[in-house]
Amino acid sequence: MQKKFDVIIIGGGVVGSMIARRLSRFQWDVLLIEKGADVGVGSSSANTAIVHAGYDPLPGSLKARLNVLGNTMFDQLAGELNFAFDRRGDYVVAIGDEEFAELEKLMVQGKKNGVPGMSILPGAEVRRREKHITPNVSGAVWASTGGICDPFQITVAAIENAINNGVTVMLETEFQDFIFEGKRIVGVKTNRGDIGCTWAINCAGMYSDFVMHKAGIRPDFKITPRRGEYFILDRAEISIDNVLFPTPTEKGKGILVTTTVHGNTVIGPNALIIDDKEDRSVTTAGMDEIWEGAMKLIPSLKKSHIIATFAGIRSYGNGPSRDPSLNYNHDFIIEIPEEVQGFVNLGGIESPGLTSSPAIALEVEDMLRDAKALPAEKRDWDPIRLARPRFREMSHQERQLIVERDPAYGRVICRCENITEGEIIAEIHAPLPARNYDAIKRRTWCGTGRCQAGFDTPRVVAILAKELGVSPIDITKKGPGSEFLFRKTKEVEG
Amino acid sequence: MTEEMKKLICIACPKGCTLDLTMSGDTILKIENASCKNGYEYAEREIHDPRRMVASTVKVKDGVHPLVPVYTEKAIPKRQIHELLKELREVEIQAPVEMGQVVLADVLGTGISVVASRSLPKAM
Amino acid sequence: MAIKDMYDVVVIGSGPGGLAAAISAKKAGADDVLIIERDVELGGILLQCIHNGFGVEIFKEDLPGPGYAQRFINDALSLGVETMLDTMVLDITSQRKIYVSSKTYGFRIIEARAIVLAMGCRERTRSQIRLPGTRPAGVYTAGMAQRWTNVEGYMPGKKFVILGSGDIGMIMARRLTFEGAKVERVLEIMPFLTGLTRNYVQCLLDYDITLQLHHTVKRIIGNDRVEAIEAVQVDDKWNMVPGTEEIIPCDSLLLSVGLIPENELSRMAGVLIDPVTGGPFVDETFQTNVPGIFAAGNVVHVYDLVDWVTEAGFAAGDGAGKFAIAQKKKAAQSINLIAGNNVRYVVPHRIEKENLKDEPIRLQMRVRQPMEEPVWVEVHDGDNLITRKGERYVRPGEMVTVTLKPKDFDAIRKTDRLTVQVVPR
Repeated sequence: MQKKFDVIIIGGGVVGSMIARRLSRFQWDVLLIEKGADVGVGSSSANTAIVHAGYDPLPGSLKARLNVLGNTMFDQLAGELNFAFDRRGDYVVAIGDEEFAELEKLMVQGKKNGVPGMSILPGAEVRRREKHITPNVSGAVWASTGGICDPFQITVAAIENAINNGVTVMLETEFQDFIFEGKRIVGVKTNRGDIGCTWAINCAGMYSDFVMHKAGIRPDFKITPRRGEYFILDRAEISIDNVLFPTPTEKGKGILVTTTVHGNTVIGPNALIIDDKEDRSVTTAGMDEIWEGAMKLIPSLKKSHIIATFAGIRSYGNGPSRDPSLNYNHDFIIEIPEEVQGFVNLGGIESPGLTSSPAIALEVEDMLRDAKALPAEKRDWDPIRLARPRFREMSHQERQLIVERDPAYGRVICRCENITEGEIIAEIHAPLPARNYDAIKRRTWCGTGRCQAGFDTPRVVAILAKELGVSPIDITKKGPGSEFLFRKTKEVEG
Repeated sequence: MTEEMKKLICIACPKGCTLDLTMSGDTILKIENASCKNGYEYAEREIHDPRRMVASTVKVKDGVHPLVPVYTEKAIPKRQIHELLKELREVEIQAPVEMGQVVLADVLGTGISVVASRSLPKAM
Repeated sequence: MAIKDMYDVVVIGSGPGGLAAAISAKKAGADDVLIIERDVELGGILLQCIHNGFGVEIFKEDLPGPGYAQRFINDALSLGVETMLDTMVLDITSQRKIYVSSKTYGFRIIEARAIVLAMGCRERTRSQIRLPGTRPAGVYTAGMAQRWTNVEGYMPGKKFVILGSGDIGMIMARRLTFEGAKVERVLEIMPFLTGLTRNYVQCLLDYDITLQLHHTVKRIIGNDRVEAIEAVQVDDKWNMVPGTEEIIPCDSLLLSVGLIPENELSRMAGVLIDPVTGGPFVDETFQTNVPGIFAAGNVVHVYDLVDWVTEAGFAAGDGAGKFAIAQKKKAAQSINLIAGNNVRYVVPHRIEKENLKDEPIRLQMRVRQPMEEPVWVEVHDGDNLITRKGERYVRPGEMVTVTLKPKDFDAIRKTDRLTVQVVPR
């Protein structure tokens, strides 16, 4: 094996990125491998972006503990990594008297989980705080520690900070198998060759079952993909102020109507068990279902306000809780298994995975410390990842200054969201370069507005081609196989 | 010869009347459903000498864009469109291009030229 | 060319509507007219509409889009219309302040005595019609494919299915066929053609491209790139008819499902939008509800013949030009009072010349700093002293006045600004 690292993290979603960042504090070589063309392209790229307060998971579960802990870490995290985070609280809305009676259960569960700042509000107060709420609202649980964030920025920011602190990232590098010496993992096989390691960490999200089975761990563990569909609404047409959940049922948290850090209203998700882990279709039935759910909370929404549709897949696992008395079989798996050496195993990290991610990283660090695996800390570890300028967030004076400094910031490429050429170029030359259209889109928010990339796509493709020194024909939407263009107009075959 | 019925959509004006033609071989015996005399003229032309205006692009060297739009000054016989497009693919002209500049003269012996639709300056 | 801070007329967009408006604004007597265009050259959407069919009414000729545009571009430039290219308008206020951003000119604020909105339309998107399926590369609106094929010189696909029998879809069907691609099918959900019949003949029939009415896309198939479209028949109520599904292998789906007037900027300026047209409420001069803001072309409602867009542009530009001239006349009818040396403010701020008759006008002011000495409170027009008043002292706490008497009015009428200052005696 030519390459050898102390740690290989398998999977570059928000969990893998947080762990990479955490482990970069120590004096060893960390590699993160990601099979996609960018980080955060799996579940991390399509979710509701909620930072949950933590009243929802089962008391005593690992989900509950890490959710609540992770939630408390977000202020510092957002300050260090400079991603958008807004702790504006969330609401579980009750309609009618029966649902109102359910709210008390949430309060009790929240208390058990150690969630501070929860109270029950009467319907009138909810109507005062959310003008568009259904008139049938009878009350709501207000969890003041809940919030919203930008799930793309958080992953990219964590990875960039990790890279700045010495972590290596290999994209388009797919895990295939482990290399064993006896019971010890000494390396991984990838599509780019074998790489040696002392520790391998399973952050493969939807494919965490595949990875752990290759390690011979938990043959009964299975990830069942659950797809959730979403609508994004035009913020010029409708703007709600809050994060609104319905009263939960056995099926889960339900279909939200929520604001986002970009000011759009998002509706969703439903929850459908599917077979194909890669099937991120939106469906007629799914879209009807989320619309119906949204109507219950905000009846004034109009279908003409919809500007985007997408679907995300959740890693619904069947992992048992560490505490068997809980009788709960959908908990996070985070462990250093005894059967194999050199392996940290994670599995079933679905909601509240995003919220828990910094706490999960802490948990993994603690486990490695207990296993006496951690080397000394670096003296010069820098937690700060600086934000890059965002033209649309600037005042007139700031805009004038930045355009004077770099005229590329004066050229608006995405007309709906006011994203400039300077910002796009900055992402192409960032510590983890954005090399395809969707990577640019996730990092800059380009192409997400009401014209849905109609204006910007040819321009972004041209910029990517120029900055990467390739032909526009080589530019892809999301990696090899998703090229936009086939050939030059005049070069007809045959 | 036996009589045949043929339908044609007239494109002389946006109305788009569906003309019913009674044909005997290549001869038009009767034209029905035309709302005006343009329909009769169209039917005659379309049966005996169908023609179309053709618009496309040709490659440009050193221009602000790699292609310049061009068009046939007059409608050319329909059956020559395919050949014309093939010829146009081989053409490359030098910027700057003037609107109306002849790009291909006397296309395929028709006496009709292909000209540039716009001016195209040289790239900086 | 240096861009000024104030123009008589600013036109936003240089498609047929904007070009015509700029020309007629100039002809109506506007001194300076500026076109702000977000693309690198003038012409708007016409530049990518390389097919014929333009100018049949106005010029009695059958021109391609770029050729039609060029006529008006030449006219506008020869009339001295100024242009800002590659420049995006970010915001417009109802006071007709325009915020723009560009690589060349930076971030700037430009004021206009009149504005013509000519931003045209954007295309309806896949999400707006809630098309089910995956989100691969290869789903394009017709306009985007047209831009790539005709202007940038790249083919966005090899095998196409087109949704929508509007003119843009049919035109692109022919265009793509001309450049060696294969159009497998055109699907139209309505029971009738939504574009012009002549395009059906010249774009679809001529090239044996199958049109299926009562059909739509059931879902898009393919993860990275489009691999196929599942087409399906619909009934009179647009419900899918089970059993009529057909998988059509292709690598591209072209959407030609409607145009939406682009009025985000209009809304920012306080312009009221008609929910039926999607464009501003306008009067016969195409003025919106905001005085001095006019609108022309597809931004008002979707046209099918560009000649009528030009006509509307001429009307709007004429109205805008006349409005700007009236504004200037009005401004020349007033005199601004400026606070000069040691004067914090003067009230009134403005005197309308038509009110200079028999009654004197008392100016009231406060000073910035006390001057405990004899002073003159002087009113001058920049060159000449109009009048002055002596004061033993001036203090910020005590209001100071000076009176303009009817005998001064003739001198005052000659200027548009008077400055009041306090100087030691």
